[in-house]
Amino acid sequence: MRFERREHPSTTLNLLAPLGAVLAALIVAGLLIAIAGANVFEAYGLILKGAFGSRLGFSETLTRATPLILTGLAAAVAFRARLWNIGAEGQFYVGALAVAAFGMIPAVAGLPAPLAIVLCLGVGAVAGMILLLLPLGLRLKFGVDEVVTSLLLNFIAVLFVSMMIEGAMKDPLAFGWPQSVPVPDNAVLPKLMARTRLHAGLLIALAMAVAVWWLQARTVFGMRARAAGLSPRAAAFAGVPLGRTLVAVACLSGGLAGLAGAIEVMGVKGYVTTDLSPSYGYSGIVIAMLANLNPIGVIGAALFSAVMFVGADSMSRALGIPSYIADVTVALSLLTMLVALFLTQYRISR
Amino acid sequence: MTRVLELEHITKRFGTVTANEDVSLHLEQGEIVALLGENGAGKTTLMSILFGHYTADVGTVRVNGAELPPGKSRAAIRAGVGMVHQHFALAPNLSVLENVMTGTEPLWKLRSDRAAGRAKLLELSQRFGLAVDPEARIADLSVGECQRVEILKALYNDAEVLILDEPTAVLTAQEAESLFATLREMAAKGLSLIFISHKLHEVMSASDRVVVLRAGKVVAERATKATSKEELAELMVGRAVKRPERPPARPGAVLLEAVDVTLGGKGGASLLGISFKLHAGETLGIIGVSGNGQTTLAGLVSGLYPPDGGALLVKGQTPARHDVPHAIAAGIGRIPEDRNVEGTIGDMSTWENAVLERIWSPEFSSRGVVKRAASKAATEAILRDYDVRGATVDGRIRLLSGGNMQKLILGRVLTAGPDILVAAQPSRGLDEGAIAGVHERLLDARGRGAGVLLISEDLDEVIALSDRIRAIVGGRLSPAIPAERANAQLLGLMMAGDWSAAEQIEAEAPPHEI
Repeated sequence: MRFERREHPSTTLNLLAPLGAVLAALIVAGLLIAIAGANVFEAYGLILKGAFGSRLGFSETLTRATPLILTGLAAAVAFRARLWNIGAEGQFYVGALAVAAFGMIPAVAGLPAPLAIVLCLGVGAVAGMILLLLPLGLRLKFGVDEVVTSLLLNFIAVLFVSMMIEGAMKDPLAFGWPQSVPVPDNAVLPKLMARTRLHAGLLIALAMAVAVWWLQARTVFGMRARAAGLSPRAAAFAGVPLGRTLVAVACLSGGLAGLAGAIEVMGVKGYVTTDLSPSYGYSGIVIAMLANLNPIGVIGAALFSAVMFVGADSMSRALGIPSYIADVTVALSLLTMLVALFLTQYRISR
Repeated sequence: MTRVLELEHITKRFGTVTANEDVSLHLEQGEIVALLGENGAGKTTLMSILFGHYTADVGTVRVNGAELPPGKSRAAIRAGVGMVHQHFALAPNLSVLENVMTGTEPLWKLRSDRAAGRAKLLELSQRFGLAVDPEARIADLSVGECQRVEILKALYNDAEVLILDEPTAVLTAQEAESLFATLREMAAKGLSLIFISHKLHEVMSASDRVVVLRAGKVVAERATKATSKEELAELMVGRAVKRPERPPARPGAVLLEAVDVTLGGKGGASLLGISFKLHAGETLGIIGVSGNGQTTLAGLVSGLYPPDGGALLVKGQTPARHDVPHAIAAGIGRIPEDRNVEGTIGDMSTWENAVLERIWSPEFSSRGVVKRAASKAATEAILRDYDVRGATVDGRIRLLSGGNMQKLILGRVLTAGPDILVAAQPSRGLDEGAIAGVHERLLDARGRGAGVLLISEDLDEVIALSDRIRAIVGGRLSPAIPAERANAQLLGLMMAGDWSAAEQIEAEAPPHEI
């Protein structure tokens, strides 16, 4: 058996790859469900029902998908330019923390709501940018691999958040719980559905996906970023300023991850804790891969991931299957997607 | 003589394309056969069938009289056939010895017998004069050394028939010379060799017999002694190939002038104070042994690296900024040394490759947004006007052959109407027909008044195209001689760094030409 490179990878195949990957992941996860002693179809039925079956479930799925779209975009944008940003988790947290800190400025509480929201979102995005510019600077200056530095910065960021919410930013009214002072009321994102947690952040995330797609597919910056990622030497020969392009990509990527944190704290929680993110930053990497780094595809991949997480919660209550099955399925889908991507580029021959 | 290898009536089709049709070929012991043909003539397919990478639709392969089972590389190796691929199959993070021994020992053996392997490797390297350090890491070796390791790998597997696929494509001129010396040595010691090539002078100097392949068929077989370059060229291309003639120059104003430029090498040799003038309507050829600063010089003029010292004047002025966009805007057209690594991005589309280097111009973008329709239309025009075959505007450029890729690069450069053209190794790796096309374009550019800076290791090319010739040696430029005075001996002296004769000739030249 050998692999031969396909000369003309077809578009259909590219579109089918994520579907095939998800299907394969569901089949493997189905085996695990069967081993755990439950009916596979019933389990998947309950997952779908949990995610879509009720007004609350549906709104929860979309709420969950919102930060995942943004962290997925953060990873997709960076990976396109071969900037390996593994630090979206940390950027998410500093984004959230920066919003809470900004809200502590007395003048902010007096601003009109739209202005306060825009400013807070901006502050969160800038915080995320700064956290990614550090590892990029090290790479450009000293050639340090950003995979390691951006990954390790996650732990520093989370510990820094922990320090702040136990100390300078601790909410005095929280009965000693480690949580930050709340975001001022005028910076809270409006709800999209009454009596649910679904908030306007979803619209921002969707708008960002479209904006990123446009930026990549239609602008000089997008073309240069892709060239720089695919072949730095050829890009340099064609006059692409490599350093500047990467800095711009890092600002976009870190900014999106920081924005995810800002939106989560302004739309859902209202204050920062160290469990604000159930690994949204890391899930973003999976989602970006599942979407084949396509910004519009990120929406679909984030929805899939959100459905699994929200649905598995209610399924596990009904059937007694641990809700970790959602983690397993999403992780499996990354592996199957990698295989599927390979098969879009190569065919198997005897 | 004993017949060690025999291919009989091999036919291979890929879909509707016939890569080989009824090809028969034999090899005697101790003989060097050259398999000559243009790119796409079916040479590599034929050798891949012999080596078991492909299965022939019809035909048989015999080694020492015994038929090889089709489609099994291992059987070919066991029968004593070794193949040295054009693109090396070596692990860069392993040592020479480890690379050579890989695959020769059973997997379940816990210990690898390095001492025995080392002894065998050293014995082989001594016997055939292929000097390598067994403990050196592949990543630290030069291309020529890597090729030696590839050959040793085949010999280590007790190969008696060696097939070399375009062995000189990646080598410098001297490395190629020393490779051919090694091949002759190997043949003298009883090995039999086939080498694939499309370079006539190699075939003439290194083979005993030539088999010419065209469009998948054997069109001729000649003893090397009984043929000539001209005959082979005609057989290979199927018509008489004539490289274009150079009309007399009408040199004009100085377009490009280097004044005592120094530049630390960026991954190449440094420039240690070079000065030259390039006039409108002339071609200045820069010859030299590779690694003497050609890459750095091309990078300097192409706008990649600003000079450390001295000045590079474009039309009498120092550019506002020394970078690629300013160089292009100042009218410098650039043909890169390596089409695949520098010239194109394989996974981007043809149109993106065609416009990327001028994407900032109002023709292709406005306010940061790419003008897709205009870009694609411009690419369409290049594909048509420069006869780029096999390309579609939206297709990935990776699929193009070297000659067509070079046509696209020429097209994107020349449609901008450059006043100065820097061509680095413009015909490296191309076949005769494509070379003639490239030369015609370069002469056209000169004819309409552009100054052409031709940096090439191919002496025939430089003599044919240039009006004046300089040699680059150790980061310095020799005096310029007019092409009419050039001969192999003089150029050899210049490349070796002996410039006394050249100085005298330069002194005789009228002053405006220097």
